Amino acid sequence: MASRTITKDIITLRGSAAIVSEFFGYAANSILYNRGVYPEESFVKVKKYGLPMLLTQDEGVKTFIANLTAQLSEWLEAGKLQRVVLVIMSKVTNEVLERWNFSIETDSEVVEKGVSREKSDKEIMREIQAIMRQIASSITYLPCLDEPCVFDVLAYTDKDVSEPFNWIESDPKLISNPQMVKLHSFDTKIHKVDTIVSYKNDESDDE
Amino acid sequence: MNQLDRFIPNRSAMNFDYACYVLIEGRKGKENPAGSSPAKEAYQKQLREVFNMNRTRILAFKNKPPAPVELVPQDYASVRQAKPVKPCRHIPQTSEHTLDAPDILDDYYLNLLDWGSSNVLAIALGTTVYLWDASNGSTSELVTVDDDKGPVTSVNWSPDGRHIAVGLNNSEVQLWDSTANRQLRTLRGGHRARVGSLAWNNHILSTGSMDGRIINNDVRVRDHIVETYRGHQQEVCGLRWSASGQQLASGGNDNLLYIWDRAMASSNSATQWLHRLEDHTAAVKALAWCPFQGNLLASGGGGGHRCIKFWNTHTGACLNSVDTGSQICSLLWSKNERELLSSHGFTQNQLTLWKYPSMVKMAELTGHTSRVLFMAQSLDGCTVASAAGDETLRFWNVFGTPEIAKPAQKATPEAFAYVNRIR
Repeated sequence: MASRTITKDIITLRGSAAIVSEFFGYAANSILYNRGVYPEESFVKVKKYGLPMLLTQDEGVKTFIANLTAQLSEWLEAGKLQRVVLVIMSKVTNEVLERWNFSIETDSEVVEKGVSREKSDKEIMREIQAIMRQIASSITYLPCLDEPCVFDVLAYTDKDVSEPFNWIESDPKLISNPQMVKLHSFDTKIHKVDTIVSYKNDESDDE
Repeated sequence: MNQLDRFIPNRSAMNFDYACYVLIEGRKGKENPAGSSPAKEAYQKQLREVFNMNRTRILAFKNKPPAPVELVPQDYASVRQAKPVKPCRHIPQTSEHTLDAPDILDDYYLNLLDWGSSNVLAIALGTTVYLWDASNGSTSELVTVDDDKGPVTSVNWSPDGRHIAVGLNNSEVQLWDSTANRQLRTLRGGHRARVGSLAWNNHILSTGSMDGRIINNDVRVRDHIVETYRGHQQEVCGLRWSASGQQLASGGNDNLLYIWDRAMASSNSATQWLHRLEDHTAAVKALAWCPFQGNLLASGGGGGHRCIKFWNTHTGACLNSVDTGSQICSLLWSKNERELLSSHGFTQNQLTLWKYPSMVKMAELTGHTSRVLFMAQSLDGCTVASAAGDETLRFWNVFGTPEIAKPAQKATPEAFAYVNRIR
């Protein structure tokens, strides 16, 4: 899927956009699997970033994520994407239980002038690998999601972005009084992605 | 999954003293010790970011991902996500009971029905305002105005549920104390035509008139006119303050929807209004602020338009527009669920219950034989009263009772229990 330039670890805007949107696709799948939003039987293992990554086989979810990453890639190339948020909500009450926030800092010089940057592919992959591991291990501290959940994805874009067909304005779907954990970030030298997971304070502690 | 990372995600962002305190002392609810934790700081930063939203739009994909099902994955294009909630409660298709409302004016632009926080329903029939106590079903007469002043064109309870404003055809507004059954004062001199819409914001009573003006009156003060909003060119038939009391939404016969913001009074803007929305192509009478989402307003258009539109009143963006196929007279949000109730005219004169935000029709309640002009809901949010030109006042248990929803929630997790295994 990702079309990266092969020669000499040069990263172009397009290449970086592909890396970031691909990352998001895998991260979303990983979150859905690890947080139990979809049954684990519906996932299949693939090799990516030097790790066994899980991808959903559910056609609906697959299509959703594919359409999403395609659009994200477009926005990233235009330098208009500020962040992507994956929200996990209770299926019944629609209350937001978890929020995976991926903030994106874009090097505007690259967008405006079309220059490219240099960074080793291996380095980027290592950084992404670290984040993927953290997502997997997050289940050790994130509160158990006891109820059936659904997910949604929000894109924070620049104001002057024209609303693409199939996207609507949304509210931020914030959690009140959340606990927040900052995960590692990765940097392609064109796009820097920070990850924060916020979750609803688990009040029902019987300690 | 081998080579899992350790528990500490990011050493530099961790406050180990705090973490130690929390581990040893045990969680004591949400209070943090003096000195904010990094989590709180990050949250504050995120809050600031969120509220400096001037340069940002938040978009979500229209077609939502399918909800997880244990058997066969559902087609994601349909909005059947909403369906599982339906079995949670039964919505009675007929009205609970019906009362006579003789001489009620069949005038689209008036607001003759309101349910106060003291659980008393006020309804204006011709020149008389009647009070119906929902707790014991008794009816009493509040006032009958003189023929040269009346008929009554609007009624609205103040937030305390004790005082009630009565708007008249001669442009005056009377203020009554319903418990003592006496008139407190009359607001006059502000409007030049009938007062068809009223809205309270603490001690401020906003009045909307056929003269197109909206006046904010401070009812405690002798010179009661605080502010006049000029914008509408024709009758102001819809008037609603937001829950925060910060914004006022007004709809008129000129097909315009205005959002007025109290903050504008102090700013140096050229216009009084915050937003002037001209998307509707018919009179905008139905207005309702969303109780669970700040700055979300639903508005409904009259006969030529028939659309319900949803607005972000912060940005003025239209979030959604749904063609209902029928004139919309009134809108009410459920206080207990994410649902919206709309009342209609020709041809069915029905009440339609919608699931929000999917806008799937959950129920259509018929019974009225002419357009359902007025709606009000009880304090507990379970019952809706509707009145129409067919001279009936009907009560519907459309919003259900909060107790019914909860057991259903507890029942479902068993089906999904296998999903919770920690891997």
